[in-house]
Amino acid sequence: MNDIILEMRNITKTFPGVKALDNVNFKVKRGEIHCLVGENGAGKSTLMKILAGIYPYGSYTGDILLNGEIQRFTGIRDSENAGIAIINQELALIPELSVYENIFFGHEIMKGRLIDKNQTIISATEVLKKVKLDVNPVMKVRDLPIGKQQLVEIAKTLSRNANIIILDEPTSSLTEQESQNLLQLLKKLKADGATLIMISHRLKEVVAIADTITVLRDGVTICSMDSTQKRINELEIIKHMVGRNIENIYPKSDERGFGDIYFEVRDWTAIDLKNNRKVLDKVNISVREGEIVGIAGLMGAGRTELALSIFGNTPGYKIESGELLLEGKKVKFKSPMNALRQGFAYVTEDRKRNGLVLIQDIKFNITISNLDSVINGKFARVVKVINENEEIIVANQYKEKLGIRAPSIKQKVLNLSGGNQQKVSVAKSLFTNPKLMILDEPTRGIDVGAKFEMYNLMRDMVSQGVSIIMISSELSELIGMCDRIYVMSDGQITGEVRRDEFSEQRIMQLATNIKEDRSCESFNYQEAI
Amino acid sequence: MNHSTIKKPSKLVFSEVWALLKENFSNYAMYVALAAIFILFNITTNGNFLTGRNITNLVNQTGYVAVMAVGMTLVLIIQQIDLSVGCAAGFFGACAALLMRNGMPAGLTILLVLIGGLIGGLCQGFIIGKIGVPAFVTTLAFNFIFRGMLSLVTEATGTIPVTNEFFNEISNGFLPSIFTVAGKHGSTIIIGALIIFILIISQVRERKDTIRYNFKVSSLPIFIVKLLFFSAIIGSLSYVLSSYNGISWTILIVAIVVIIYSFMMDRTKIGRYIYGVGGNREAAALAGVNVKSIVIFSFASMGLMASLGGILFTSRLQSATPTAGIGFELDVIASCFIGGVSTTGGIGRIINSIIGAFVIVSLTNGLNLMGVGISYQYIIKGIIFIIAVAVDVISRGSRAI
Ligand SMILES: Nc1ncnc2c1ncn2[C@@H]1O[C@H](COP(=O)(O)OP(=O)(O)OP(=O)(O)O)[C@@H](O)[C@H]1O
Ligand SMILES: [Mg+2]
Repeated sequence: MNDIILEMRNITKTFPGVKALDNVNFKVKRGEIHCLVGENGAGKSTLMKILAGIYPYGSYTGDILLNGEIQRFTGIRDSENAGIAIINQELALIPELSVYENIFFGHEIMKGRLIDKNQTIISATEVLKKVKLDVNPVMKVRDLPIGKQQLVEIAKTLSRNANIIILDEPTSSLTEQESQNLLQLLKKLKADGATLIMISHRLKEVVAIADTITVLRDGVTICSMDSTQKRINELEIIKHMVGRNIENIYPKSDERGFGDIYFEVRDWTAIDLKNNRKVLDKVNISVREGEIVGIAGLMGAGRTELALSIFGNTPGYKIESGELLLEGKKVKFKSPMNALRQGFAYVTEDRKRNGLVLIQDIKFNITISNLDSVINGKFARVVKVINENEEIIVANQYKEKLGIRAPSIKQKVLNLSGGNQQKVSVAKSLFTNPKLMILDEPTRGIDVGAKFEMYNLMRDMVSQGVSIIMISSELSELIGMCDRIYVMSDGQITGEVRRDEFSEQRIMQLATNIKEDRSCESFNYQEAI
Repeated sequence: MNHSTIKKPSKLVFSEVWALLKENFSNYAMYVALAAIFILFNITTNGNFLTGRNITNLVNQTGYVAVMAVGMTLVLIIQQIDLSVGCAAGFFGACAALLMRNGMPAGLTILLVLIGGLIGGLCQGFIIGKIGVPAFVTTLAFNFIFRGMLSLVTEATGTIPVTNEFFNEISNGFLPSIFTVAGKHGSTIIIGALIIFILIISQVRERKDTIRYNFKVSSLPIFIVKLLFFSAIIGSLSYVLSSYNGISWTILIVAIVVIIYSFMMDRTKIGRYIYGVGGNREAAALAGVNVKSIVIFSFASMGLMASLGGILFTSRLQSATPTAGIGFELDVIASCFIGGVSTTGGIGRIINSIIGAFVIVSLTNGLNLMGVGISYQYIIKGIIFIIAVAVDVISRGSRAI
């Protein structure tokens, strides 16, 4: 098994103002699972984009050797033909098309000049079996939960006979259970002879699945570790990643008592206007001053809907009943603007869709949520003139505080690595000086070092009396950080777990409680046609 | 202090120039286009194009397209479109003519017409922003409505002549000269010099600030070349104008509109919000931006600019015709896109849209001078428009990698 299928030699890639990769060397053995780890902005995605031909030959220096032969990919087609497939950090499925159409998109099976629909569905069913996805191939991708969309992506790569599959943070938007399933699948694919390269910030998974682990830091290869002989442990990886030891990733809470109940949701019920289904069903939660309350649950349990509807953003559904109490007084938010004014802040789980203005710079994105605080002077107040100096100072403070890696705050957010984008998204919410923060998957895609910073930040905030509601699919994170955890399933709160009863098992039990996934209904081919 | 930059070997400077050109291609492409158009027309018209008289004429012609392009820039940035501006301009211009024929003083007429335009825009903004009818549909409908109202207003009499001198001055008159230097218009020279002075001061200050905050700046020689370039443009423009009648009231009006709007877009909260809504509507909403009111605001401002455009146009023709304004929206929208407003929203600058308007009007003007028929003019404009936007899209696209 010491046969090298792929080698990247002395790869250097620069963007305007940034050297993303600096003489990186990277070797992958045939038939292994190779994990690529490193801090946000280390250059992982960039390296893989070069390998996949997204950054074509000529836009970087160095060599790609596949089976010992130098490759010059001028586009993603070339790499596909060479048997390399990439699943990007952001999924590339077309939501309005069906599963089978997506799988064969760009490689349609033809009968004469027309698409052979029957054959396509049959072939799609076959590859879907390979990824153990039991859905009806004529379903629209939009109607699948993210975890299953991920599997469709993998099915897509398999349909192209890829033997090197690159997965860029495949589990970052999956729940614990979905991640487990995915990892099982990867092992199976490996057993079937595929070579897999996976980027991940979830080190637990990395340790569990990797044969080799390569660490990148600041665009340089730090080391490549063989994990088949001796299990590499997480702490060791972290040490290489951040260049120092982090003993306990979850900082201790200072164990002060909490204040009074700050915010309460009562009998909150919301209905989806499209199909009259209850997205939220009599939800009751409360959070005390200085408390971190977690909300666990599977994808589609209604956690994000809960957060958004509290925040006054309810497109597509309506609140049927229920009330919100802020310090015992009834409140109602017509729009996010009202919620922000009352000291609420929401960090979205989907930064690209509704968190960031990608084509604008870091400064723009951080300050937009609270421009009034960078407007000063009498005249300026009337006409609302922004004080740019102040803005720059503020943005630089947050850049430093959260360790946002970019040449300057004038860098477009589009050009930041995924994790650094997340930090900008968090900074934007912090800038409103919230009294209650709703964090929806706050550590999605950020590296251990940054996670640690994020957790410290949360502790900091609660010790100043801020209340936090944290939605997360990473159970260990909820258990490490929360004082109390609510578990949601199918729009209902199925349980409340106190700190002394925390266990992954207990939470999972509650989360899968009444869950019966529609898209899982066994698929009958005859019916489908 | 700046020794290190000056001592840079010239090769480095060149590579920097090249990188800079490549990176900001879409920002200066229209200057190149404008220069090309000017040179080409000047040759084909045997030097009749670049005369004080024609440039003055050209600038005055640009006025109404320019102010509407300013309004349209906002609308396009928030990913909307306004197809009603042409007929709106025609209708409000006719209203002005009608009011004045019935004895209303010019000042009050202008005020009322501007308010009318604002209300027209508000209505459309409300339907689009609050009710949620797509802008394409709403403004198309208003295009019909304004067109119908225009023919209603002009039905009885046909063309309405305007005899009010003050009103006609707006698009045909000039700032007083005060004094003349060697036959040149004195105040124009002074204003030109003043603008160059302000430009240099503000650019130097901005550069200092940028250095202070450790942001990337272009090297000193390039900075100087850029300053010289823009100073030369302003200088020669004011020189050319001063050899004829000097600065027209239209230029002044456009300048005021541009300054107010640029300030609003670059420095104020509402400008930020407009870029925010255009760049990512949902993110802006979650950041507490009232998206609906931004939409309404943009259309209201567009309505205001459309009626201002109508006033300028009517004043220029000294009459209101039953077909005035029809098709203006095409020139206006083309101006913005040529000026680099992104076709997917979120990006665009007021000043560049003005340059875009200048490009479009120069084309019309030059082709007229050459005696090219109106049918060919449309065809040529269409082709140039497509090329301009294609170049912009390609240069943006390649920049994304
Ligand atoms: N198009 C671009 N233009 C400019 N800089 C870029 C561009 N793409 C990436 N970068 C920069 O290159 C560096 C490496 O980015 P990359 O996306 O490879 O990081 P990463 O290791 O995948 O990080 P993450 O874990 O956050 O996804 C970062 O500093 C990033 O800001
Ligand atoms: Mg990445």
